[in-house]
Amino acid sequence: MVEVHGFDWTIKQLYTYPNEYIYWSVLIVVYPYITGLVAGAFVVSSLYHLFKKEALKPVSRFALLLSLAFLLVAPMPLLLHLQHPERAFNIYWTPNTSSAMAMFGYVWLTYFIILCLEIWFVYRADIVRMAMEYKEKRGFFNRIKYYIYKALTLGYYRIDEEALKLDEKVGKFLSAIGIPAACFLHGYVGFIFGSVKANPLWNTPMMPVIFLVSAVVSGIALTIFSYIIAMKIMKRDIDMVALKTMSYYLVLFILLDFALEMLEILNHAYKQTEDWVVLKNIVFGSFAFTIFGVQFLIGLVIPAIILSLPGLTVRRAFFASILVLIGVLSMRWNVVVGGQSFSKSLYGYMVYDYPIFSTNILILKESVTAVAFLLLLPFIFLIIFNKILPAFEFKEEKHSTH
Amino acid sequence: MKVSRRRFIKMLSVVSVAFFIKSKIDKVFAKEEKKKKRYIMVVDINKCIGCGSCVIACKLENEVPLDAEVYRTWVERYIVTKDHKVYVDSIKGGIDAYKKNPIGKEIKKEDVIKTFFVPKLCNQCENPSCVQVCPVGATYKTEDGVVLVDRKWCIGCGYCIQACPYGARFFHPVVKTADKCTFCYHRIKKGLKPACVTVCPTRARIFGDKMNPNDEVYKILKNEKVNVLKPETGNEPQVFYIGMSKEVR
Repeated sequence: MVEVHGFDWTIKQLYTYPNEYIYWSVLIVVYPYITGLVAGAFVVSSLYHLFKKEALKPVSRFALLLSLAFLLVAPMPLLLHLQHPERAFNIYWTPNTSSAMAMFGYVWLTYFIILCLEIWFVYRADIVRMAMEYKEKRGFFNRIKYYIYKALTLGYYRIDEEALKLDEKVGKFLSAIGIPAACFLHGYVGFIFGSVKANPLWNTPMMPVIFLVSAVVSGIALTIFSYIIAMKIMKRDIDMVALKTMSYYLVLFILLDFALEMLEILNHAYKQTEDWVVLKNIVFGSFAFTIFGVQFLIGLVIPAIILSLPGLTVRRAFFASILVLIGVLSMRWNVVVGGQSFSKSLYGYMVYDYPIFSTNILILKESVTAVAFLLLLPFIFLIIFNKILPAFEFKEEKHSTH
Repeated sequence: MKVSRRRFIKMLSVVSVAFFIKSKIDKVFAKEEKKKKRYIMVVDINKCIGCGSCVIACKLENEVPLDAEVYRTWVERYIVTKDHKVYVDSIKGGIDAYKKNPIGKEIKKEDVIKTFFVPKLCNQCENPSCVQVCPVGATYKTEDGVVLVDRKWCIGCGYCIQACPYGARFFHPVVKTADKCTFCYHRIKKGLKPACVTVCPTRARIFGDKMNPNDEVYKILKNEKVNVLKPETGNEPQVFYIGMSKEVR
């Protein structure tokens, strides 16, 4: 039997067109998830850098690094899912101007450049200081560190007041163009789905907006989640003001997200157009649990309640952030897999029997194992970034003793 | 060498006049060449007997492995019962013809009020969504209206497969690029008919150029009431069906 892409994990029910399979697998579920986290984490950092939310200062640098770590991973699920990954750069050479997907390379690159510049300007003074510090030190690793910092200074060593002011100004400007770039990066992912008129579940102008808002939700939750873990690992005190401020914004965006996502489902359910014959069996049938149970209840309603109750504790915030992260992942699942779970003939269904592990490399690369690795990878990047560009500045007198 | 202003203006005007004349000449020649072709197919549902010859011929002609469950063309069977329920299937794309009962459900002969076969293929849309969404421009429409895939340029993202409302596209199991019916472009350019049209025993498939008044399809479009699949997509499909029932989607 020759390998037909999707054959191994698609179970067909009733009538589907013979060529219909679940072509976009778990990889495409995590791809919008990861880009969403990128956009969301950037928004957290921008709240400080652009809107001067002083309370978020302790996490502003961390959120930037988090955003970069996930941005580096964002193209990986796409590359893995391409049938011809060796031709991936074709989207740079011959972009089709009418294709939403063709923009990915350019949008990603633009955002990457903005993010790198922003990080550079935010960290520049520290980089220069480090370069000076390591210049004097002896030893192999210190020399390597010196060369890394020396390279990162890009030969610009001024850290007088005037230079620092300029850094801040440029950083603010980059934040200002970074927010629309981040929104564009993720809004366009929503557009990739929302513009597919052949698919009744995807075909809605709400899609980019829903993706964008849920991206911010997931990004804030990710920052809370990673911040708490990072502080536990480093044995430092958690800045409760920062945590509460993030939780506050998280609740706001959860409410907005809930309204938009509900509106979209109500829109389908009330209008009951031709495709409702199959959509109702997806929304209220096979996907009812992941839509209403996980996406809405576990992912939005419960965390909103947990975070809104007075006297927020670290444990509660941590728990809520995990729930939100699960909820948004499930929303991506419901869109990507849900949208492929019925036949465009509206006569049948497809069940995604997702592979968890396989010895066949073609199946392994689209398996849950591969996805788990991809979701772990940004944290490894983050640890490396943090070694070079420390995300947190601790005041020594606040140093906790336990 | 110094060029005086006068000389420069002279040169400039000569060059621009030359370009102007060239563009006029181009236009005249282009008009002469513009006897545009538009290849289409007409499928007469009343004539299809569901023998599956077209499916086999297509797979052999276009080197899509016979045992792979992907099809450039396939035949659907529709059964409407007395309670007005519709049963659809396309077992292995109809390649083995239809001898057994559909979808594992026993339908008694006396319960059936209507049954028919519908051959399907790429609709070679006038306004194809697959071409619109292809990120690298690997899929494109030819001058004569046929939508093709460049196997050397396709990155295999699957966006065209998602965008096609007709399920006409798939990943070719061997070359791993998006694949679909080409109206047997390699044959029609030599004046031959597509493989499926050639083998159809009942002439349920008719192929031709709808711009040519002497062509058979031109006359059919003129005289018959034809329909297309999913007209609401705005894709303007160019495979026309005679005798299509509302159950067909």
